[in-house]
Amino acid sequence: MNPAAKGKLSLPAGRDIKAVVSRDDHMMRWWMALIGVYLIVTLAMPLYAMLSKSVSTYRFDLQQFEFQVSDEAGDFTSPPVLASSLNQTLGAVSAQALNTSADGRLAATEFFPDFSFRSPVNYRIRGTSEQAAYLVGSSLTTGTEWTEIDSNTFRRVQLRPVASTGLGNFSTYFSTPALMGSIRNSLYIAVISTLITVTLAFGFAYALSRSCVRYKSTFRLIAMIPILVPSLLPGIALIYLFGNQGMLKELMFGGTIYGPTGIVLGSVFFTFPHAFLIISTALSISDARYYEAAVSLRSSPWRTFRVVTLPGARYGIISAAFVVFNLVITDFGLPKVIGGQFNVLAVDIYKQVIGQQNFEMGAVVSVVLIIPAILAFTIDRIVQRKQVALLSARAVPYQPSPDKKADSIWLVYCAMVSVFIVGLIAVCQYAALVKFWPYNLTLSLNNYQFDQMDGGGWASYFNSIKLGLLTAVVGTCIVFFGAYLVEKSNGFNTGRGLFQMVAMLPMAIPGMVLGLAYIFFFNSPANPLNVIYGTMTILVVCTVTHFYTVSHLTAVTALKQMDREFEAVAASLKQSALKVFTRVTIPVCLPAILDISIYLFVNAMTTVSAVVFLYSPKTTLASIAVLNMDDAGDIAPAAAMGMMIFYTNAGARILHLFASRKILKRTQAWRQR
Amino acid sequence: MSKSKSYLQIDNLWKAFGDFVALQDVSLDVFEGEFVCFLGPSGCGKTTLLRAIAGLDLQSRGSVIQDGVDVSELPPAQRDFGIVFQSYALFPNLTIRKNIAFGLENAGRDRASINNRVEELLQLVGLPEQGDKYPAQLSGGQQQRIALARAIATSPGLLLLDEPLSALDAKVRVRLRHEIKALQRELGVTTIMVTHDQEEALAMADRIVVINEGRIEQVGTPTEIYQNPQTLFVADFIGEMNQFEATIDDQRQLQIGSSRFSCRSHEFTSGAQVIAAIRPDNIVPQPLDYKAAGEVNCHRVVLKDMEFLGSFWRCRLHNENFKVNHLIADFSANAVRRLNLQPDQSMMVQLPEDTMIIYARDEARV
Repeated sequence: MNPAAKGKLSLPAGRDIKAVVSRDDHMMRWWMALIGVYLIVTLAMPLYAMLSKSVSTYRFDLQQFEFQVSDEAGDFTSPPVLASSLNQTLGAVSAQALNTSADGRLAATEFFPDFSFRSPVNYRIRGTSEQAAYLVGSSLTTGTEWTEIDSNTFRRVQLRPVASTGLGNFSTYFSTPALMGSIRNSLYIAVISTLITVTLAFGFAYALSRSCVRYKSTFRLIAMIPILVPSLLPGIALIYLFGNQGMLKELMFGGTIYGPTGIVLGSVFFTFPHAFLIISTALSISDARYYEAAVSLRSSPWRTFRVVTLPGARYGIISAAFVVFNLVITDFGLPKVIGGQFNVLAVDIYKQVIGQQNFEMGAVVSVVLIIPAILAFTIDRIVQRKQVALLSARAVPYQPSPDKKADSIWLVYCAMVSVFIVGLIAVCQYAALVKFWPYNLTLSLNNYQFDQMDGGGWASYFNSIKLGLLTAVVGTCIVFFGAYLVEKSNGFNTGRGLFQMVAMLPMAIPGMVLGLAYIFFFNSPANPLNVIYGTMTILVVCTVTHFYTVSHLTAVTALKQMDREFEAVAASLKQSALKVFTRVTIPVCLPAILDISIYLFVNAMTTVSAVVFLYSPKTTLASIAVLNMDDAGDIAPAAAMGMMIFYTNAGARILHLFASRKILKRTQAWRQR
Repeated sequence: MSKSKSYLQIDNLWKAFGDFVALQDVSLDVFEGEFVCFLGPSGCGKTTLLRAIAGLDLQSRGSVIQDGVDVSELPPAQRDFGIVFQSYALFPNLTIRKNIAFGLENAGRDRASINNRVEELLQLVGLPEQGDKYPAQLSGGQQQRIALARAIATSPGLLLLDEPLSALDAKVRVRLRHEIKALQRELGVTTIMVTHDQEEALAMADRIVVINEGRIEQVGTPTEIYQNPQTLFVADFIGEMNQFEATIDDQRQLQIGSSRFSCRSHEFTSGAQVIAAIRPDNIVPQPLDYKAAGEVNCHRVVLKDMEFLGSFWRCRLHNENFKVNHLIADFSANAVRRLNLQPDQSMMVQLPEDTMIIYARDEARV
């Protein structure tokens, strides 16, 4: 064939062959649509509700209200007057104060400085347009009819604002220095924590993969500990160590742990395992042949490190940096506990919503917080893709050779990092057992009497376990089945692409933002789904969605290792896709399924950010109890509850380990040759 | 092979992936009980064609008619075929027995009859002892045979093999080649195999379909394909081929450089620019003093170098007239010994006229 003709070829005219969709394909599309709808309802629609909330502005429109005042005899002789003209002469309400929130109320008496509820004067009020709304007592009145009321009732007249759409909230936000400062603060702590964590984690991972340091498996285990506790636990430990009555307060040399120092130290603690995991994966795929080449070319160790080690791990390092950055900037628990007066974005959302009931401003801060989070997430995804490309190359694994001096230096280094991690946990445990720090140091279990504290008592703990188990079971089913449908169904490419995109989204959405979005969406009376508001169901749904992405990726990775042709073989043998799914796919993917469920369980136990907006008195959670007890000053019980979470998660991990070993032995006999 | 009944008819099949046209107007008849190989370089569209026949990736245009039924738009489950993939796609967590039984477990079939059929199939592929093992515990060749047993378990009308041997090492591949062929004859099942290995295709196929860039280049028996390649692509792809730029002279003979060759009858007019081609094993070595009367197409060459390839020597011959750097010739070990051939030695070679094939020059060289 003439190469020049290539590409100019086109199909002959005619109808495209359209497949008769098989029953299996129908079923699969139906299910995928169902899970797609689930993701849209639990993710896309709440986020949309939040976005629209952030651009909803509320303002008292004084031109909409007209008053008329009677004389003492009760006759209305003076002409009606607009609230706006009253305000013009009186200056009672500033233009700034006219901007309000959805719940804004403005007392009508503001415009009558000489008002007295005992005066015999009567008042009339009406709107100048149908939209005008005001409250008399608790009854809402609208319209242009005059309402006549005596002065005693008039003091209970409240004007209501009108809603409109615009960027007003954003301009308010950006013109409020206290709020703006949080952006700088958040970026500051995120960058510093990232630098420290990635450096520490790189050293740790390097020691474990490139040296013959002893106790490797112990170190590896210790590095994973922070995953098992809520991010605010290190904050509590740090307060015990360096706080106002801290054991090692002198080490602060007059500085304070409350603020950026504490946040950064705590962030290093709770982000360490994430950075360590990513970097050690990157280091473990480096090719030994490069090192042999470097040695044979007489390259100095430092040069080898710069030319071979660093470039090989660079994607891992970059990826780890963005993951850590994202974790720190979106974290809420730690700055809440130890941040003091140092405001950060995630806490601002909480303060605006819980403290000031200003939902619109909470939504604005959320939008501001999403931007760096999505940016970091996007860069991380791009980098990860490149890392995967490196992974598939056939490499010879690197075997470190013993070097007494270097190994002992690494041992000291790893021991120091381990002391930091284990130390903070140990301090928490000690704090939980001491009767009354620092005055009564006898040990007791008093602090475990949660029922006598705020935060929901032991019920919170059992609620958390319930949430963990439900999330693990429901989440694993949805995630794995969803991933299966995306990976193994035929045709329907647009739908599958869309599904993949939506499945990646949760990772980019900070928990606080998700929680707030849930309030907007599920608490709306117009939403038929608002029956789940305040129940365990919404907590499960929110947690599953919050941790969807990582679980989805785990499932997809496992499914990708399955032969693409299993479904084709089954079809040729006239067997249903469901049969392959139950008899082959699930058994083969069982390790991944167990990994997903333990991941969901542990995270459901420790999460604070999303659920802090969604729990109700009946569904308090252990992690929230830690937060609330700390808030109420019961720091020791908070530490005790934090340790309960730790032991539960550690126990669950061990159980998971045994269970998977046992199940694997039974179902995965085929893995042994 | 009786060609009485066409089992599978492919009519004007096109397949496009976006802008890329993977199959162009492919039409083909496969006869009942026949073993057909789709042969071509990677990316030529042979697997695409197989997948269209199976219904795994539907064609964009055209129809597939199997056993008188138009299956063009049917999903795989509603067609009648068994398939073996390059990866075998054996279910790793099921035993061999359960793998083979997978397709048999339909309503209305009792345990005993399934078990009997599985045993029968294990016997058939020569692995009666391996039923309780898992796929990972078998060698590649054994896995391949299990995949085959699973594919034929339900006695499909059509057996599709997608590069079934390419993951195996050379020795096993040759042995399995014969086994598959024998099994196919025994069962009489119409079979289509995709391969990029010409040797495999020549050894196994009743007919070979050579595909290049989405088009069928030639359909024929292995000997037809080898001896009478209809296009330069086929000539070059299957076996080795020497090519010369040549002109047709007044007597409708070949003019290569300043040398003249007689050739078999052809349709080119005098003055036509053509490519003349001859296979290395068709070149006949002769002693330097070979000047028998009436012998045509004899030329003096210098034997540049020789490479020992076991059963024959591959020799590179040089003649300034031929306008090619080297003429490749395969001489049997016997001939080399008989003529005492040594590198850098002059000799005569004969290019028998009935083995010279002529192609139009405007066909792009492959």
